[in-house]
Amino acid sequence: MSANGKLLDVQHVTVEFHIGGLVGGTLLTAVNDISFSLESDKPEILTLAGESGSGKTTLSRLLLRDLEPTKGKVLFEGRDVSTIRKRSEFIEFMKKVQPVFQNPFDTFSPLRRVEAYLFDTVKNFGMASNRRDAAQVVDDALHDVGLSLDEVRQRYPHELSGGQIQRVAVARALISKPKLILADEPVSMVDASLRMEIVNLFRELRDKQKVSVIYITHDLATAYYISDRIGIMLRGYVVELGPVEDVLERPAHPYTQLLKESVPEPAPKKRESWAKHIDLGTTEVKEYGRIGCKFAGRCPKVMDICHKADPPDVRVGQQTVKCYLYSGPVEKDAAEVST
Amino acid sequence: MTLLSVQNLRAYYQTQAYGISRTVRAVDGISFDLLPNEVYGVAGESSCGKTTLIKVISGNAKPPLKVLEGSVNYTFGERTVDMLRISQSELRRNVRWKQISYVMQGSMSVLNPVRKVIKTFQDIVDTHEHIKNKNEFLERTRTHINRLGLPAEVLNAYPHQLSGGMRQRVAIALATVFQPALIIADEPTTALDVVVQRGVLQMIRDIQAMSSNTVLLVTHDMAVHANVADRVMIMYAGRIAEEAPTESIFNAPLHPYTQHLINSLPVIGEKSTKASLKGSPPNLADPPSGCRFHPRCPFVMDECRTVVPDLVSVKERHRVACHLVKEDSL
Repeated sequence: MSANGKLLDVQHVTVEFHIGGLVGGTLLTAVNDISFSLESDKPEILTLAGESGSGKTTLSRLLLRDLEPTKGKVLFEGRDVSTIRKRSEFIEFMKKVQPVFQNPFDTFSPLRRVEAYLFDTVKNFGMASNRRDAAQVVDDALHDVGLSLDEVRQRYPHELSGGQIQRVAVARALISKPKLILADEPVSMVDASLRMEIVNLFRELRDKQKVSVIYITHDLATAYYISDRIGIMLRGYVVELGPVEDVLERPAHPYTQLLKESVPEPAPKKRESWAKHIDLGTTEVKEYGRIGCKFAGRCPKVMDICHKADPPDVRVGQQTVKCYLYSGPVEKDAAEVST
Repeated sequence: MTLLSVQNLRAYYQTQAYGISRTVRAVDGISFDLLPNEVYGVAGESSCGKTTLIKVISGNAKPPLKVLEGSVNYTFGERTVDMLRISQSELRRNVRWKQISYVMQGSMSVLNPVRKVIKTFQDIVDTHEHIKNKNEFLERTRTHINRLGLPAEVLNAYPHQLSGGMRQRVAIALATVFQPALIIADEPTTALDVVVQRGVLQMIRDIQAMSSNTVLLVTHDMAVHANVADRVMIMYAGRIAEEAPTESIFNAPLHPYTQHLINSLPVIGEKSTKASLKGSPPNLADPPSGCRFHPRCPFVMDECRTVVPDLVSVKERHRVACHLVKEDSL
């Protein structure tokens, strides 16, 4: 257990990518000074939401140690993950942090039986010493997701439904008894009638297995449904972070307000507000290269200062908001400003 | 007056390899009408036959997809077109893009990455109409782009310079150059984010309102239908489960499948546990007997296992195929 009681501690990480040729080219800051942490004794589901190109996937690669930050540190159980060099240490780290990917049909080779992946994982992590024990470990993991080894034995990916195969993918991640699961858009490729099955599964993992989940998505409705906290990402920044009820019911950042307003509600009567016209940015590169707040070009409440420098992180109620609107001498209430 | 009338359409994929023949009943007895000046939504999960239905009604049915029976008839003003009998050259010259256009899911694959957007416009216009004068073509394209509210500089950009939402809107602009009577939009916003999705769907609605044509919007996202469609058809395993005006389908869904689709949608502001449907979508090569939804239906009766329910009208423009609902019982 770590000294400070934190499972994961992300400290001011920045990732820069060089775009263009050897000479010239531009720097693209995909993740910009992001900090957040997860407690080790309190399992929770943290959602990272944002549009494509907001840095969600770069951040998840950082957390999986697939990428090293340009600046800042990622501490897992108190240890800086970039100091992991030995293979044995890396295996220990991978045992505790496991990914679940977007499209389960891409995760599994169509020419291999799905159980082979489960047995491989047992072997790679040395979770069992013989075949019979391995079968037991695999069966237990499948039971945790509501399946059993008998149901998936001898099956190829195409013989399972989208919901089932995504559950197998989660079971594979559970084999090493992880403390943290990183789920990158786990339901976007799953059919509507099966989506809730996967979403409910993550809830269950948190409550019964005490696994923390970082849920990466652009679907705010399912994010609201399952998560405890949510971070809204925009062009590399986390612009708002806080309990999901606060952030999505009383959004403070103008971008979060726009996002929330744009989620179509399944109620034809409420069409009017959704149909209100919005302005979309033309190109992605323009917003990334912007000095100051990245949202300034589209923000309805833009001020001069927004174009000059990065906004500070301000505490508004339960939320942390990156916006000048709240940085004044008097701390204003979120509701007061949005009206 | 209908724009499109589809009667009892059956289209199967028939394959024969190494002596094993296989039939996938992707569209199995579908009848519906499209009216002029409406947004008609088609909902259903993957492999329920949505895309096959579009292929047939847009005249793109190629083997192994085979139309076994039924009719697909269009009425464009004075002209009628039988889509199952029209010749390919006639289809290309007079119908495709001029009367029926198609907006596809992946906008990045529609646009040629090494040509400027304006060149793609030129290709499309050249195929269907000969405009000798280059200025006239440019003028027309600019007016069109302008009318749709897109900035003029997109014409001189390469696709990679545009954001995903802008590319999708360019694809829509391409599909509407000739102001077609029917625009088929197949999952136009599935890969997009909520804000961009909103912008793209607003544009589709604007175009529809401007030129009073018909949009056939296919998406599995019920929340999108709630906000955009005038009427919605719910497909399940190659058949119509329910069809009704949007208001009725959301306020009083009759088919258990529709009820599940609507009730299971997560909503911001509500955290109660939503149940998921047991089982998985049926295999269309070997669909269940009777009602195809019966293995997953919470209200299944003996009748459902053997008898195929008819699509009956229950109210004004509200049709449903379920043994629980009898004709005019409401």
